[in-house]
Amino acid sequence: MNYEERMQNVTVLGAAGKMGSGILLLTAVEMADLGLQPENKGRTFTVNAMDVSSEALSGLMEYVRAQARRIAEKKTVLLRKMYEDRKDLIENFDVIDQYIFEVMQKIRPTTRLETAYESGLIFEAVSENPDLKVKILSDIEKNNKNAPWYFTNTSSIPIHYLDEQAGLQGRILGFHFYNPPAVQKLVELIVTDKTDKEAVEFAHNYAKKLRKTIVPSNDFAGFIGNGHFMRDALHAISEVERLSKDMPMVQAIYILNRITQDFLVRPMGIFQLIDYVGIDVCQYIMQVMNPHVPDEDLYSSLLDKMISLGIRGGQNPDGSQKDGFLQYEKGRPSGVYDIEKQKYVPISDFKEKADDFIKEPPDSLPPWKSVIRQADKETVLEKGFKDLAGMDTQGAKLALEYGRRSKEIAKKLVAYNVAQDEKDVNTVLLTGFYHAYGPINDYFD
Amino acid sequence: MSKPRKKVYMSAGYNTISLGTGRKEFHPKKPRPGLEHYIKEAGQGVLGRIGGAKNVDESVIGNFMAARFNKQANLPGFVPMIDPGLMWKPACSVEGACASGALALMAGIKSVLADTADVVLAIGVEVQNTVKAIYGADILAGAGWFQDRKNGHAYYFPGKFSDRAGAYFEKYGRDLTRKAFARWYRNAVENARLCPTAQEFHNTTKDLEGLALTEPNPKVFCEHLNVFDCSKVSDAGSGIAILSEEGLEKCGIDKKDAVEIIAWGQTEYDLTKEPEDLTVLETTKRAAREALFSAGITKEKLGFVETHDCFTIAGILATEAIGFAEKGKGAQFVQEGNTARDGIIPFNTTGGLIGWGHPTGGTGVHQAVTVWEQLTSKAGEAQIKLSEEKPYGLSINMGGDDKTVVAIVYEKGK
Repeated sequence: MNYEERMQNVTVLGAAGKMGSGILLLTAVEMADLGLQPENKGRTFTVNAMDVSSEALSGLMEYVRAQARRIAEKKTVLLRKMYEDRKDLIENFDVIDQYIFEVMQKIRPTTRLETAYESGLIFEAVSENPDLKVKILSDIEKNNKNAPWYFTNTSSIPIHYLDEQAGLQGRILGFHFYNPPAVQKLVELIVTDKTDKEAVEFAHNYAKKLRKTIVPSNDFAGFIGNGHFMRDALHAISEVERLSKDMPMVQAIYILNRITQDFLVRPMGIFQLIDYVGIDVCQYIMQVMNPHVPDEDLYSSLLDKMISLGIRGGQNPDGSQKDGFLQYEKGRPSGVYDIEKQKYVPISDFKEKADDFIKEPPDSLPPWKSVIRQADKETVLEKGFKDLAGMDTQGAKLALEYGRRSKEIAKKLVAYNVAQDEKDVNTVLLTGFYHAYGPINDYFD
Repeated sequence: MSKPRKKVYMSAGYNTISLGTGRKEFHPKKPRPGLEHYIKEAGQGVLGRIGGAKNVDESVIGNFMAARFNKQANLPGFVPMIDPGLMWKPACSVEGACASGALALMAGIKSVLADTADVVLAIGVEVQNTVKAIYGADILAGAGWFQDRKNGHAYYFPGKFSDRAGAYFEKYGRDLTRKAFARWYRNAVENARLCPTAQEFHNTTKDLEGLALTEPNPKVFCEHLNVFDCSKVSDAGSGIAILSEEGLEKCGIDKKDAVEIIAWGQTEYDLTKEPEDLTVLETTKRAAREALFSAGITKEKLGFVETHDCFTIAGILATEAIGFAEKGKGAQFVQEGNTARDGIIPFNTTGGLIGWGHPTGGTGVHQAVTVWEQLTSKAGEAQIKLSEEKPYGLSINMGGDDKTVVAIVYEKGK
């Protein structure tokens, strides 16, 4: 089965979810592009959008249509060439509408798992629940006669575990998109010793067609991305707990969030990132990873407490941020959750005091937004962090410690063979998390 | 024969701001004023300076594509909305793509010459930000021959002028020409920064030429042009009064506050034909020549020019078409700074289509307002120094790819 044949019948499981919807969109777009190649004339491409929620599937079609339009608008120059022979398609309006039609035409929304029995390729993006994944995958495996390939989007469960439990005989690999898949360039590719070589080759081709950057990760729970993020988050939480002995916890959360964003030049603070991913999702990923990391305890009682109080973060269906550790107004943090009082305290109530505690970062350290635009960002960061290291403030101290810890985590990922080399860890943080610099650096030594 | 048989003047010009990317007030996702707003603001701006609607004999609106940008036709019907005093009076609208504005001026001039009106209210308007640029490109492509649309670029007109740029590169060298484009862009933005209604008024970029030298990306745009080589997508309206001597008297306007229309050249090329030489704006050349000839002056008498720089290459080619530079020497002429506001012949003193903005069907009227402001010393910060030896202003308004062109020569009223 060549690339095109493999792409003829695909199923996305959990298609209406945050990750599934993006995978569905990208796959339908790739199918539309394939269908427009002269050599594929007469060949049909179908992607089954399988999800348990009929209502969510209806919303999904709206999402895909809107996104397909955006994609078409961006590549109209190319589309006009692709539709050169279609005399009826004259204006950009015509060309774009036709392309959207062709993307939508590839998709078969369904709530029935049975549709996956016919597919040669299955993208799995259901909830990060090992039992559920095993149940679904083994069900398909029993009923599908095509010896399909399974591309799982798990961000934490070891691939060999799913392979063994569901009896997939090496026809599974980890194809971990970052959120949102339609935008993020990074894909973590996780293979095991048993993984089918042809499937791996296909995965590389498919990623290339989608213009994604592949970073290989070895098959350890959490892989590179969450392997770093979860430990990074736990470090922030332990710092908060330490600082909270001498100050209110809301203030400590605000401080660590600011240190990570403004002093370490990241796109968002660590607590905002936890909220973005979802406190419950973070807790879940740690639970999944924990049994597979014998020498560490990836656990936080603070996350448990937050969830038990119904504070979960994550996003609303329209993509806006839900309140979590932080409260948001127009997407910007405006308050911090006080676990004792069980309500949000406005940042303005303690901002002055907290800012005075950490003082400001050096003027030579520009904000993330400005750093990433600079051609010579290494020089800028080197100067900025050098000045930071020369400062005798609590903020500088916390930031330097944090930077060192981040490097330690990253190094450990290489030492424990999760990542093949240091460059891969840096690539994941640079492309998957949009950091301005990789965690393995000399800035904080 | 374009020399007027009687004196015709313009006065009381008014420009709204040119709204679009670049202006701080512009938010693509927020509601914005529509066509009605710009017609009303521009119209009332003029009426306020000519003693009110009672003095207006008739009105004319220049507009290109409201029928598609705004799903609106029958624009003369908006004239009485400007002021109830215009109810029951004649009004019409004219269209000639991006030269619609100048065609509105010509319609007004001819009414005054025909003695059927002493005061004509001329308005030019376009509201283009109703659609994204990729769809706007379709709408603007209406200025070309529709039978050619299928073969054209996604961005049809940038594609046409990219072809002209490519031909010019090949004939006269790419490096110098691209540098000239960058210089043209810099002049445009620097002039626009002096005009509060300009779309690039808020521009704070330091290295404008460096930015403009960004390499074109044919995968998403054109082969030989980048976005800085292009005029703006704009929502704007401009208005001006066209008057006879009796009209000036009726409105109580002193001649020194008016400009006299000395002559014009109006030329048309076959829409179904490609230009014979991509490196020449032949229709523009003939219109400019006719205007200068009818005015009985040479180009040396011009104090400044407002030309139709829908793209930087059009600006360069215009310097050759008017005769300031020899064929193939326009790039060098511009690159050396001769068209800057302190150069031999300042071009586009408030930014032109690239700096002030390009509300397509309104641009011709905007140019006339700028010329009137300059010649009557009302251009504020953007005012250029004019000498007695060079008392004339020239405007060139072009529709399509050098298809419909109007060139007008003006002088301060005396």
